[in-house]
Amino acid sequence: MSVDADTVKRIGRLARIKIEDGDVDKLKDELNTILDFVEQLSEVNVEGVEAMTSVAPMALRRREDAVTDGGYPDKIVANSPISEDNFFMVPKVVE
Amino acid sequence: MTIVDTRTPNPKYFIKGATGDWEMVLGLEVHAQVTSESKLFSGSSTEFGQPPNNNVSFVDAAMPGMLPVINEECVRQAVRTGLGLKAQINKRSIFDRKNYFYPDLPQGYQISQFQDPIVGEGKIYLDMGEEGEVEIGVERLHLEQDAGKSIHDQHPNMSFVDLNRSGVALMEIVSKPDLRCSDEAKAYINKLRTILRYLGTCDGNMEQGSMRADINVSVRRPGGEFGTRCEIKNVNSVRFAGQAIEFEARRQIDILEDGGEIDQETRLFDPKTGETRSMRSKEEAHDYRYFPCPDLLPLEFDDAFIEELAKDLPELPDEKRARFINDFGLTAYDASVLVADRESATYYEAVANGRDGKLAANWVINELFGRLNKEDVAVVDSPVSAKQLGGIVDLISKGDISGKIAKDLFEIVWTEGGDPAAIVEERGMKQVTDTGAIEKIVDEIIAGNPDQVAKAQDNPKLVGWFVGQVMKASQGKANPQAVNEILKAKLGL
Repeated sequence: MSVDADTVKRIGRLARIKIEDGDVDKLKDELNTILDFVEQLSEVNVEGVEAMTSVAPMALRRREDAVTDGGYPDKIVANSPISEDNFFMVPKVVE
Repeated sequence: MTIVDTRTPNPKYFIKGATGDWEMVLGLEVHAQVTSESKLFSGSSTEFGQPPNNNVSFVDAAMPGMLPVINEECVRQAVRTGLGLKAQINKRSIFDRKNYFYPDLPQGYQISQFQDPIVGEGKIYLDMGEEGEVEIGVERLHLEQDAGKSIHDQHPNMSFVDLNRSGVALMEIVSKPDLRCSDEAKAYINKLRTILRYLGTCDGNMEQGSMRADINVSVRRPGGEFGTRCEIKNVNSVRFAGQAIEFEARRQIDILEDGGEIDQETRLFDPKTGETRSMRSKEEAHDYRYFPCPDLLPLEFDDAFIEELAKDLPELPDEKRARFINDFGLTAYDASVLVADRESATYYEAVANGRDGKLAANWVINELFGRLNKEDVAVVDSPVSAKQLGGIVDLISKGDISGKIAKDLFEIVWTEGGDPAAIVEERGMKQVTDTGAIEKIVDEIIAGNPDQVAKAQDNPKLVGWFVGQVMKASQGKANPQAVNEILKAKLGL
């Protein structure tokens, strides 16, 4: 598996990362090196082996349905560059 | 995925085009907010209408290092819903990340279930009146997080973001593409809503956004190949769903008949114009790069967990409807009206138990529901209790009051309250069944109106005039059946 220049640009767009045209080739090579490295895993025979979901043999922890958190809107928006009435404010996004 | 066409084309549903008939193919994805106190993966409240960002924890705001812990009740609710939809329950399901960027999605991904949902295939039956019962397949149900809310109209160049909904548990219930007209789609939403409300797993409140539908619409030649579909996002009322579908199907037919092609895309319905418009291009919208959420282990439970929930499931609308038809001799239509919501059904049963079920149904549907609708009162707040209405039905059954007097009595109980039997006694509303008393009135009227007697003897239909006079003279209290019989005998009809 390898990526081409268009895929690199598309991944950038989906992740909202601006990629200058001059950087595309370099990033393409880096990504392909990573993919090649990971590709080594395909040499392992995993026939009949179930996918591992956890390194520890444990079940998903669950919690009771109770309100135990929240109620501190000022803290939630504390790091927001702009806020008003405890709303986050962001550049207008409307379709 | 291969799509199986389970339906036989019904010409009644065809849409006329310039080049022949067309048929709609519809599939619905309904997002139903799970009824729970706290969110799917955090302990903050799900209460509606709170101040901005009040129901938000650091988990919901996706602060670094915060980890999700699943709410067990949300799992139960999803399983209950699956059982209510007669669906397969998957004892092992997996949470995935669905990646996309939007300001009201602080994680940058929604935790959802992609390949291994908690509930698999099920079915929903629709009562389509003359067209009979229609079975609609459910493809799957999965648990996922809701996003926050963006408000765009408060500021000229900024959007306001409130994360109160962020992380609230949703069930996404996906139908098979089995629906063929807007009426079926509307019936499907209503039926699903009824089932969820019976189960208590979603309050079904569309105005507050507890239930929203994404509608997939495509058109084709009747019974032909499936066409390209467009998805109409976030429709929040049954009426809008109908309008959006009708508009969208017509739009697609017009394009196809002009020799064009349908672009697979996401569209928005604008209630103001009744039209749908393109929202965003497909490749951006559907490249979600799902992968298993590394923060969560697979969700697993055993048969005992499912059986425990199945044991406490309430009687569901389809079963209740069948029982009402069997036990109370109701028509399918009346039974459907009565089971449409659980409170109405409970009220009806309280009135009908130990009484004439059909008579009780008439009174509940025509008088009570009619009045409740008119005054916009919920059945649980009815000024006339089931016990009181039962009392009125008893008086009718015993022949103590006529149907007409019963309506007056209903009015009194509605406005003043009180025990119906006592009111009838106190106000002298009892029907006169004493034939001697009725005969006396009849004799007087016959004696006083010889012309009418002659006419009635020529034309028996005119007996109605006499019935009216007798009822008037008795202040409506004479038993109409007895009046009829006596009149016919005395007039020699």
